[in-house]
Amino acid sequence: MNRHLAAAALLAALSGPALGGPALAGPPDPADPLASVMWDVLRPELFGTAPVQFDERVTVTAPDNAENAAAVPVMADATALGAVEEMVLFADLNPFPVILRFQPLAAKPVIATRFKVQQATPLRAAARTPDGVWHIGGKLLDAAGGGCTAPPATYAAADWADHVGEVQGRAWAPTGEGKATRVRFLVRHPMDTGLVAGIPAYFIEALTLRDADGRALARLQTAEPLSENPVFTLEVQPRAGARSLTLDGRDNQGGEVKAAIPLPWVQGAIQGALP
Amino acid sequence: MRALAALLLLLVSAAPGWAAGPLTYNLKPVAIAPDTWVFEGTREHFTRTNGGNILNPGFIVTDDGVIVIQTGPSRRFGEEMRAAIATVTDKPIRKVFISNLHPDYWLGNRAFADVPIAALPGTIEGIKTEGPGMTENMYRLVGDWMRGTEPLVPTETVYGSTVVFGAHRLRLIPLEGHTVADLAILDETTGVLFAGGVVFSDRTPTTPHADIGQWLAALDALDALEVTVLVPNHGRIRTDTAANRAAIAQTRDWLSWLDSTLRERAEAGADMAELLDAPIPERFAGMGVLREEYRRSVSHLWPRIERTILPRVN
Repeated sequence: MNRHLAAAALLAALSGPALGGPALAGPPDPADPLASVMWDVLRPELFGTAPVQFDERVTVTAPDNAENAAAVPVMADATALGAVEEMVLFADLNPFPVILRFQPLAAKPVIATRFKVQQATPLRAAARTPDGVWHIGGKLLDAAGGGCTAPPATYAAADWADHVGEVQGRAWAPTGEGKATRVRFLVRHPMDTGLVAGIPAYFIEALTLRDADGRALARLQTAEPLSENPVFTLEVQPRAGARSLTLDGRDNQGGEVKAAIPLPWVQGAIQGALP
Repeated sequence: MRALAALLLLLVSAAPGWAAGPLTYNLKPVAIAPDTWVFEGTREHFTRTNGGNILNPGFIVTDDGVIVIQTGPSRRFGEEMRAAIATVTDKPIRKVFISNLHPDYWLGNRAFADVPIAALPGTIEGIKTEGPGMTENMYRLVGDWMRGTEPLVPTETVYGSTVVFGAHRLRLIPLEGHTVADLAILDETTGVLFAGGVVFSDRTPTTPHADIGQWLAALDALDALEVTVLVPNHGRIRTDTAANRAAIAQTRDWLSWLDSTLRERAEAGADMAELLDAPIPERFAGMGVLREEYRRSVSHLWPRIERTILPRVN
């Protein structure tokens, strides 16, 4: 937690909800349906003075209980909103609340991944529509916790460092409405939070999935809470006839991530791409 | 401050849950075969209401003393078990067997600290490394029932063999699949099988340490035995050959369905989160804690399956 956030949390705790919120232009915020003690702190931290609304069209799918605190599955879906410019996935009571930020440039506003949870917490997805409004959905997640302060299993293997940055990935042919191509990729990385004594922070901080011509389809800003060897599911719209996607990114120590994910063969796709 | 404390005390003692008096499992030994009794647990998950009483521990009274199989989820449970055994026989406890490392099998060990507690080597290793963490989690899940419970690692290593106590010949059968070491015990004298962690009966199997392929092989091994009464680790006790086979078949059916469904969905592109609410066939509807254990199993089994269907791309 950065110093600024810690100070803000302390202030909010001391002053209570009546004084904790920022001075906002426009109508007052709706009440947090999950009644989180961190909401008054996170609201200005994540959304500044932009308008927010709690919106059931943004769905968060996750278990009610975290069976494995080091890898809780979550899927956030804001498709029902139509156009979305950015999404933020966050867990209020994690030491690092933000799990990732996601810009669906030529992708559906849907993302799934797994993350570490430190204690029972609200788990939310916020999606910003072109009018600047953040739409927020979420649920409560119960957990024995400790996921952020347990060393990753990665280090049990003596040769772990040889495998950092390895990518496994696959794309599935487009189906259903919107005809998006589903892509899943896993990046070998310990994703250290820096909260385990003697292990400095070491995590992937940016990933971009690109079309064959280099155009960005989806940009991810990834953070400490993502599970070790993080996995992502996205639904992207590459141009017709593209044979593969590229993934590039880096970790906070300058390590590079680079891979090419072949696209499945689609009958008639090449003809469609011809002028 | 004192007034506040008094008020709290008043509120707490007036709360309905406490009106019934101190926590008790109210254990009743059920005779299932000559010299053989079982404490039948609920077909639920660990809760603050059941105190973790979800297992079927048992005991065999022999001329050489009492053989105890599993000690339950807490020290209190172990103590109540011991008191209940004393209502059936005045023979001393001769030995305790623990079938696997899951907490409800052995956290009652403190009540049997004066006798040998035997387990397979893999179980002993597992309790040494994971026991403290599992104990803490049990305090979180069932609360005050756990008071005074601390891990006590089994004191004696056993392997596959046949051991004789009084007139009872016990075949110790080392299996694996539900955990790294699952001890089944067949009483050749009575035909009673204590299935250890391997057979569930009308209760959804648990998979936190499971290897499905090994587990299915273990079920085949048990299926080949001559059994009169089958004591599943969790769920309904079966008392005839057909029913015994049915419990084994049900466990096999569930594990096969679970494994193939997760593999098929992974292959088709589904994400782990999408599996949480996936439909479960009607034939499993009678199994306890179905959706909850299914979701836990997705968490245990999915990541490994997922890695097998994602090719290396750099």
